Amino acid sequence: MKLDTSGLESTAPFFGSSHELNDGFSAVPSFEIPDTIDFDGFQKEAVQMVKPAKGTTTLAFIFKEGVMVAADSRASMGGYISSQSVKKIIEINPYMLGTMAGGAADCQFWHRNLGIKCRLHELANKSRISVTGASKLLANILFSYRGMGLSVGTMIAGWDETGPGLYYVDSEGGRLKGTRFSVGSGSPYAYGVLDNGYRYDMSIEEAAELARRAIYHATFRDAASGGVASVYYVGPNGWKKLSGDDVGELHYEYYPVLPSTVEQEMVEVAAA
Amino acid sequence: MTKQQANWSPYDNNGGSCVAVAGADYCVVAADTRMSSGYNILTRDYSKICKLADKCVMASSGFQADVKALQKLLAARHLIYQHQHNKQMSCPAMAQLLSNTLYYKRFFPYYSFNVLGGLDSEGKGCVFTYDAVGSYEKVGYSSQGSGSTLIMPFLDNQLKSPSPLLLPALDAVTPLSESEAVDLVKTVFASATERDIYTGDKLEIVILNAEGIRREYMELRKD
Repeated sequence: MKLDTSGLESTAPFFGSSHELNDGFSAVPSFEIPDTIDFDGFQKEAVQMVKPAKGTTTLAFIFKEGVMVAADSRASMGGYISSQSVKKIIEINPYMLGTMAGGAADCQFWHRNLGIKCRLHELANKSRISVTGASKLLANILFSYRGMGLSVGTMIAGWDETGPGLYYVDSEGGRLKGTRFSVGSGSPYAYGVLDNGYRYDMSIEEAAELARRAIYHATFRDAASGGVASVYYVGPNGWKKLSGDDVGELHYEYYPVLPSTVEQEMVEVAAA
Repeated sequence: MTKQQANWSPYDNNGGSCVAVAGADYCVVAADTRMSSGYNILTRDYSKICKLADKCVMASSGFQADVKALQKLLAARHLIYQHQHNKQMSCPAMAQLLSNTLYYKRFFPYYSFNVLGGLDSEGKGCVFTYDAVGSYEKVGYSSQGSGSTLIMPFLDNQLKSPSPLLLPALDAVTPLSESEAVDLVKTVFASATERDIYTGDKLEIVILNAEGIRREYMELRKD
C-alpha cells in the first residue's frame, strides 16, 4: 500500500526558475531565491522596504461548549494603518478556522494552501482531516522555511471526532496543543482579560462576551490593533460567526458617557 | 575580513499614486502618469494602468520594471486561462491570481503596490487592494503609491463604508454615481499633486461599466 508521504517531503525551496506557468497544483510551490552573497541582509532590507502589513490581536480558547475564536481587523505598515477591515479569522473549511497574526500575506497564502491540503486529504481518505493533522501539516511547512523570514503566528481551531481542538503554530516551527491562546502585539492585554474571566463551564454567550471584551481591551491599549472585533464559535456542527462589532462603538457600550455634575461652571466673558 | 556589502540595489522607486473606487455598477481606476527616479523626472507620460481582462484593470505604483514584469506574467496566465476555459477571467479570480503571483516571489518581492478594479460576475464594482507580497482584501475603494497617505484619509472621509466584517453585514459599495466618483478622483489627485513631489503631470482615469471601458485624461501640475 502506497502511503501518502507528501507531508513529510522536504519542502525547502528549489533554486532555479519557478514553474508558475505549469498547469495544476504542485505539492509545494517552489520559490525563486535572490542571487546574493548576504541572504539574511537582503531579506532584512527587502522587508524594511516592502513593509508587509502586520500588527494584531487574536485569541482562541476551548470551553465546555466548544472553541471560541476572536480577532481584531487592523493591518499596519510601519506606522500607517493600511487597513481596518482585514479578515484575520480564516475559514479553512466548514469546521476548522485559522487565525492570522504576523505577516498578512504569509498567513493568507499558507492558510489557503492548508485549506487545499485538507480538501485533498478528504478526497484521498474519504474522511475529514483532524485538527491535529491539519496543524501538523502547517507546522511542517513553516518549519521547512524556518530562518527565511516568514512571520506567521496562527492558531488552528476546529471540531473533529475527538471533540474540540486548538493548536498554536508559528513560523519558528513551534506547534503547541492547548486550551487558551492569544497571539499578536495586543496579546498581553488580551491575556489579562481572558485569564481573569475564564471558566471552563461558561455558556456560549458568556464565552463570546469574554472573547469580545478581551479583543476590545487589547485594541484599546495596543496601537497596532483595532477595527472590528470578530467572534466565531466552533461547535460540533462546524463554525458560526457570532458577532462583528466596531471597537470604537464597543468602547461607548462598555463605558457610556454619563452627564456629570459640575462644581464650577465656566461662563463666557463678554468681548471687550 | 569585513562582511561584503552590496554595491547596488535591484530595486528603485518610480513614485506615483493610484486610486480605485467601486460603485454599484461601475468601477473607476486612476493613476498619475509621472515616472521619477530620485529627484529626476524620467517621463511625464507613462501609464501605470493595465487592462488584464475585459472586466478587470490593474493600477500599480512602485518599481515600474517589476510592475511591467508582473503585468506580462498576468497577461500570459490570462491567455492560458482563456485557452483552457473558453472565457475571460472574472475580477475576483484575477484578484487571487495576482495574490499568488506576488507571493511566489516572497523572498525576492515585486516592488509593486497594486490596486485591482473591475466588475464582478454580477456587474457590481469591486476593488482589491494589495501589499507588495500578495496579501489582499476586497474593499470599496483604495489608494496605493507615494501619495496614498495623503489620498486615503480623504477617501475615508468621503467614502467610508461599513466594514465587511460587521455582523449584521452592511453593503460596502459606495453610493456615489459614476460621474460623482470620477469628479472625486480628479479632486483627490489635484490635492495629492500639491503636496507629493512624485505625483503630477497628467491623470489617467479608466472607467469600467456595463457598456465597456472608457478612458479620460486630466492635466495636473507639472512642477
